[in-house]
Amino acid sequence: MNYRYRINYSKKNDMRYTSNLDIHKMWERTFRRAKLPLVYSQGFHPQPKIQLACPLPLGFLSRHELVDVVIGQDFSLELFTERIEKALPSGIGINQVTVVNLHDPALQTQIESSEYHIYFLENFDQDQLTKELTEVLAKPNIIRNRRGKNYDLRPLILEAEMIDDQPPYLRLILESKPSATGRPEEVLDELKVPLELTRIIRNSLFFSGSKK
Amino acid sequence: MNNTDPFPGDNLEINTSLEEKLEKILPLVEKPGRYVGGEYNSIIKDWNNISTKVALVFPDIYDIGVSNLGLQIFYERINQLNDCLAERSYSPWIDMESQLRKYKIPLYSLETKTPLKKFDILGITLPYESLYTNALNLLNLAQIPIRSIDRGLGFPLVISGGHATYNPEPMAPFIDAFLIGEGEEIFLELISTYQIWKSKNQPKIDLLNKISHIDGVYVPAFYEPQYYENGIFSNLLLKNKKSPKIITKRIMGKLPYSPTHFIVPSISVVHNRIPVEIMRGCTRGCRFCHAGMINRPIRERDVNEIVDTIEKALDNTGFEEIALLSLSSSDYTNILELVNQISDRFSKRNLTISLPSLRIETFSIELMEKLKGSRQGGFTLAPEAASDRMRGIINKPISEELLLSTAYEIFKCGWTTLKLYFMIGHPSETLEDVAEIASLCKKVLAEGHKAIGKRAKVHAGVSTFVPKPHTPFQWVSCDQPDLIRQKQNILREALKGRGFKLNWTDPKETMMEAWLSRGDRKMAEVIETAWKNGAKFDAWQDFKNYDIWMQAFTENDLDPYFYVHRERDLKEIFPWEHIFPGVRKTYLKTEYLNSMSMKLRGDCRQQCYACGITQTFNHLREEDPGIIWKCPNLVTKRRANELSLSN
Repeated sequence: MNYRYRINYSKKNDMRYTSNLDIHKMWERTFRRAKLPLVYSQGFHPQPKIQLACPLPLGFLSRHELVDVVIGQDFSLELFTERIEKALPSGIGINQVTVVNLHDPALQTQIESSEYHIYFLENFDQDQLTKELTEVLAKPNIIRNRRGKNYDLRPLILEAEMIDDQPPYLRLILESKPSATGRPEEVLDELKVPLELTRIIRNSLFFSGSKK
Repeated sequence: MNNTDPFPGDNLEINTSLEEKLEKILPLVEKPGRYVGGEYNSIIKDWNNISTKVALVFPDIYDIGVSNLGLQIFYERINQLNDCLAERSYSPWIDMESQLRKYKIPLYSLETKTPLKKFDILGITLPYESLYTNALNLLNLAQIPIRSIDRGLGFPLVISGGHATYNPEPMAPFIDAFLIGEGEEIFLELISTYQIWKSKNQPKIDLLNKISHIDGVYVPAFYEPQYYENGIFSNLLLKNKKSPKIITKRIMGKLPYSPTHFIVPSISVVHNRIPVEIMRGCTRGCRFCHAGMINRPIRERDVNEIVDTIEKALDNTGFEEIALLSLSSSDYTNILELVNQISDRFSKRNLTISLPSLRIETFSIELMEKLKGSRQGGFTLAPEAASDRMRGIINKPISEELLLSTAYEIFKCGWTTLKLYFMIGHPSETLEDVAEIASLCKKVLAEGHKAIGKRAKVHAGVSTFVPKPHTPFQWVSCDQPDLIRQKQNILREALKGRGFKLNWTDPKETMMEAWLSRGDRKMAEVIETAWKNGAKFDAWQDFKNYDIWMQAFTENDLDPYFYVHRERDLKEIFPWEHIFPGVRKTYLKTEYLNSMSMKLRGDCRQQCYACGITQTFNHLREEDPGIIWKCPNLVTKRRANELSLSN
């Protein structure tokens, strides 16, 4: 019998510099170190059945990432979690582990949107930024070019507001479907904020139909 | 904003101001994961409770350096000591270097992001010569003076080791001490000598003095090379009467434990695998082979020990690939048993297992078949030469018939690509000898066609010979670049057709390798000038620094021809002769003369040719009697001779 587990985890500290593809490899090795019997695909190049929810760009932190893994043995959630935690590199923190239906659709097709919190590494003019944001949001269309293709960024921005916390941050909810993904760095570009002067944290992933 | 950290971290905050700077720099560089550490199996110790801090440095980018087996051995051993810690550092790529220089950030260790200049000891591995400029650049990036003489008490002790340092002279002014040979014991001895010295608050010269008395340690500051008027090295002047005249390499009588807690990089690197050394040394005696001469004697690991190491390393790393390392895998005594056991234990785990350096015989296919996992790489054979004449000169006899029948079987067993390694530029090689390489490749491809049709491919990797110190060919000259090009053109013309792929080395790169490996201490000036004028990453494809190097020779009034193309007189004393690899010069000379008459010498496990290794290390052999060393037992033989004489 095969079992599908879903891990909700955080990507912290220097693990932010590991790309999505390398995170996949990191999980594969972690499961092997944890001695969880991976189930491989059939065919000439068998691959372990591991799925990541939605790619997180290099350099972003996250409080909510998801990975699904199929293993060939039934473990209690406690034992499963304990085994992984011992085998993880620093920079990955487990938030929650659940069992999901083996035949549910692929994880990446179930995600609808992502929430990002963007902090600013150098002093910035909060009023100016709020003004820019209001202007950007007032536009009916924001036509941009990504890899030679024009697209409209505006409908991909579901929510955007400055949060007057200590320190203040920009909160964004962007569409994250395989067919249409809004990227925080593109919003920052519209706001004329250099990416390297920000710290971007993905705060949540929302499943289709789960959000409000 | 760091004070009110909006995100919980679980790492120790060690150098927040550096971390703050890095956060703004890293988004701007390619593969930022190279510069942050945090890998699984990396070790972070508390600096407040450790007396001796060692930085282990590989002077090339992380992607290449992180999987180096030698540094991994030291990393695990030193970190096992309660009063020591070891951290790692690599050369930053050009984009990161310019950021570090722009923000005046000194090069730091990955584990705790501590500047390298704060460590007690800096160990730079030099496995090959093209890393020399990178080593200087790395010291400079670490804000450490590159010359030993300019480093006072405030700087780490800079030591070096590795295959290239069997001729330490070109790097002598930059390194405080070289550790010659196998480093497992000598590194620890050096650390404990350092600790005693440090506790007494003495000047640095006392430290150099003390470590120069450790067997295998070479402190170049105590020696001054002398030259004849024509620039040829004459002798080495001892500036410190107590220093040893000859520095004999260190070896392990029995191979020490294998590391199993390999660093698991969080980003993709060149070698993502578990390297397991199955034996050290080689008994084949190929006359061009540096590794074959300096790594004697041959010592094997036990089959069970190897399998056990693999098991542990798989558990500790989760890696999906294993490489069984040695200079000549087929010569490992129990190779079939080893391969059987590995196949039994690990074949169902979706692993890739590589076994390089196999002999040209059908038995090798049997071995590879057993290791064939879900993923299948190519099959590689190294005939090195294609004519019987050249095989006699280099002492690598193989039969063409056997090569062709082996090739046929390899294709028949399902491999579609066969890689063949050759070397051009051997002594007295003619253009006809080179043409024979092409015709041999064609015959091999014809076997492929016979076996599997047009799918068969032959990849020929043709490197260029560089006469290396401490080999029987150390007297010979290196081919001129024009001749090398002419030889390469013959191969390019002949191997144009479908089914062939040809790789060769840029002759300019070969020239650089030659002058660096054959250099005397004067070469250090050239290296420093070349580095100052921008030479670095000399090992990288399309060697662009050639003109910089030529300019550096001119500025220092030296001639590359003198180092590269001058045939050495049999009586000449080499600038590396004070370094003794246990293999005698008289033996090397005999082998050089044998090459001229194409006299073959067989596997020296069958018959000893008195290279000197057993005499040099007899004391170690006696400590570990039995089958670990593969040299014939000379003592018994001599006794038998004595008996027969008295009869």
